[in-house]
Amino acid sequence: MTFGTPEMLAVLPELVVMGMALGLLVLDLYLRPDQRGITFALAVATLAVAAVLAAVLVPGEARTLLNGQFLHDRLGAVLKVFLLGGTALALIYGRRPLQRLAMYRGELFILMLLASAGMMLMASAGTLLMAYLGLELMSLSLYTMIAMDRDSIPATEGAVKYFLLGSLASGILLYGLSLVFGASGSLALDEIAAHAARAGVSDPLLVLGGVFVAIGLAFKLGAVPFHMWIPDVYHGSPSPVTVVLASTSKLAAFALLMRLLVGGLGPMAEQWQVIAGALAVLSLVVGNVVAIAQTAIKRMLAYSAIAHVGFLLIGLASAPTSGYMAPVLYMLLYTLMGAAAFGIVSMLDRDEAPARTIDDFAGLSRTHPWTAFLMLILMFALAGVPPTGGFMAKLYVFQAAVEADLVWLAVFGVLMAVIGAFYYLRVVKAMYFDPPERTLGPVGDRVAQGAVSVNALAVLGLGILPGPLVELSLFAVAGI
Amino acid sequence: MAVTQAIFYLFATVLVVAALMVITARNPVHSVLFLVLSFVNGAGLFLLAGAEFLAFTLILVYVGAVMVLFLFVLMMLDINLQRMREGFLNYLPLGAVIAFVLVVEMGAMLAAGGSGAVVGGDGALGGTEAGNTTLLGRVLYDTYLLPFEVAALVLLVALVAAIALTLRHRPDVKKQDPGQQVRVRREDRVRLVDMPTEGAPYAPDTGATGSKGGEG
Repeated sequence: MTFGTPEMLAVLPELVVMGMALGLLVLDLYLRPDQRGITFALAVATLAVAAVLAAVLVPGEARTLLNGQFLHDRLGAVLKVFLLGGTALALIYGRRPLQRLAMYRGELFILMLLASAGMMLMASAGTLLMAYLGLELMSLSLYTMIAMDRDSIPATEGAVKYFLLGSLASGILLYGLSLVFGASGSLALDEIAAHAARAGVSDPLLVLGGVFVAIGLAFKLGAVPFHMWIPDVYHGSPSPVTVVLASTSKLAAFALLMRLLVGGLGPMAEQWQVIAGALAVLSLVVGNVVAIAQTAIKRMLAYSAIAHVGFLLIGLASAPTSGYMAPVLYMLLYTLMGAAAFGIVSMLDRDEAPARTIDDFAGLSRTHPWTAFLMLILMFALAGVPPTGGFMAKLYVFQAAVEADLVWLAVFGVLMAVIGAFYYLRVVKAMYFDPPERTLGPVGDRVAQGAVSVNALAVLGLGILPGPLVELSLFAVAGI
Repeated sequence: MAVTQAIFYLFATVLVVAALMVITARNPVHSVLFLVLSFVNGAGLFLLAGAEFLAFTLILVYVGAVMVLFLFVLMMLDINLQRMREGFLNYLPLGAVIAFVLVVEMGAMLAAGGSGAVVGGDGALGGTEAGNTTLLGRVLYDTYLLPFEVAALVLLVALVAAIALTLRHRPDVKKQDPGQQVRVRREDRVRLVDMPTEGAPYAPDTGATGSKGGEG
């Protein structure tokens, strides 16, 4: 194996995150409880530095390094920037809420860094082994972070549910991976792709493995009918962890999907396209319809996340024909929207008046006009109202579906988006037209307020000027 | 070859006897100690077969760590052996069936295995090139370097998670801290109170009387 400067540079973002996780683990022992801010700041700085490194070290063309374990390409670099940035934002939003939950501890920041490392490894996995190890590194850290809110029964319930169903999903995925390995005789994704191109559907073992892999990924993404864990876990988790669950861990699952289904089983796209289409229809119906009945804000947003996976899957079902730009764009924008929406919810959540239900947002426009305005942008974006980024994301997905001759899927998606608009607008109605019942204040600090403002305004700005993000998505998928 | 075979039979005999003692010993601590003995002999057999890495792992991991853990658990649990032995006859038929199946399978394997040397064959040695620890190391630290390191991180997460989820300092628990008890000073526990004496007759003017608090 060659292990020189090019290899070191390629894995540098990962090495920075992992190394700092280990360093902070030791450093944190020597800090007094009132110096926790140092660990916090260093964790955020690490994520930011790693994101910059990932952006700077973007390769000209895809290369596999470290004996094929590590795939260094543009898609991985773009996804890593968003993964790291999103996690950093989640930490910034979560500072005050974490302090209130008595979760403002060194272990949480270390687990956050390790989870990010897992996400990054998923985004640049070159073999089945790396994909699975990255997934487990992320999942185990997330389970623990949820369970760290020990005095809360919903959090414990959420953690146990997430752990059990997550393990089941990992097991199914691993079983599928082992079948794929058995069929193709290789762990390397490019060799699996070569075998899939040769054998295709004539290899029953590969088909069976592919189906299991698809089910495992659907579990991780939260597509119907593998979505049961999402509402309970999102609702029960401490809000700052929910931000990560809803934004970056989704993006990481998408990265895994791009690696396994597109990179590994790409030649069998014709087969998994059908699965993606079916899952899209189910997710759209269940997500949008059940969300209407929700009164708890996090639960509603959880069902909305399921619906968004449906839109993503529309893009994916049409991607083999019309290109992967649309799903990548959709997922990047959803990461931004999800982080900001859950971020605002987590910041509004406080002891005296926890923002648990949609009614809690009543009159927010009078008490906190700016936060209400940001939430308005995000609700419009999630619903897909122009001129927000959410509209652009949906537009490109539907355009891709039409290009791929899946007009019925596009029409169905539009109908479901209309249904979905109802429950997003309910939040807007509560904020702007209902009289305030309780005073509900953002508890985030100034940095968090500023960060969430930038995040939400970016969602708006990318709707007005979608060019940069479209370019970025095209740049990411250029090699596929 | 004769010496090797003699050593093999020595280790094998001790192993089988020790294994029998594990399940027949009355004292569970003795059982664990016999299990250690059988592991060490098993490691010897691995060495004879040329699988030195397995031998060392068996000693380091099983004898060194797992068995110590077993001993701890045994000492902490109060196991009623009488109760455990009660259902022996009930489980005997099922156990016999399973044992029979195992013996048949092992026999079939040996019958199909052919005539290769049981002891000292160089199959496990990876030819004559190097010991299998070297070979394993070459694969782990070369081809699978990144997954190997990431697997270590996954274990680290488990470690951090276990501590983060179980260790916490609750203020409402009245547990003793021996360190603090030892470090206690007289001033922390003893308070001298000035008490005016009551009545005049028995009061020679000596000042305060000590009132001692409890000492621990």
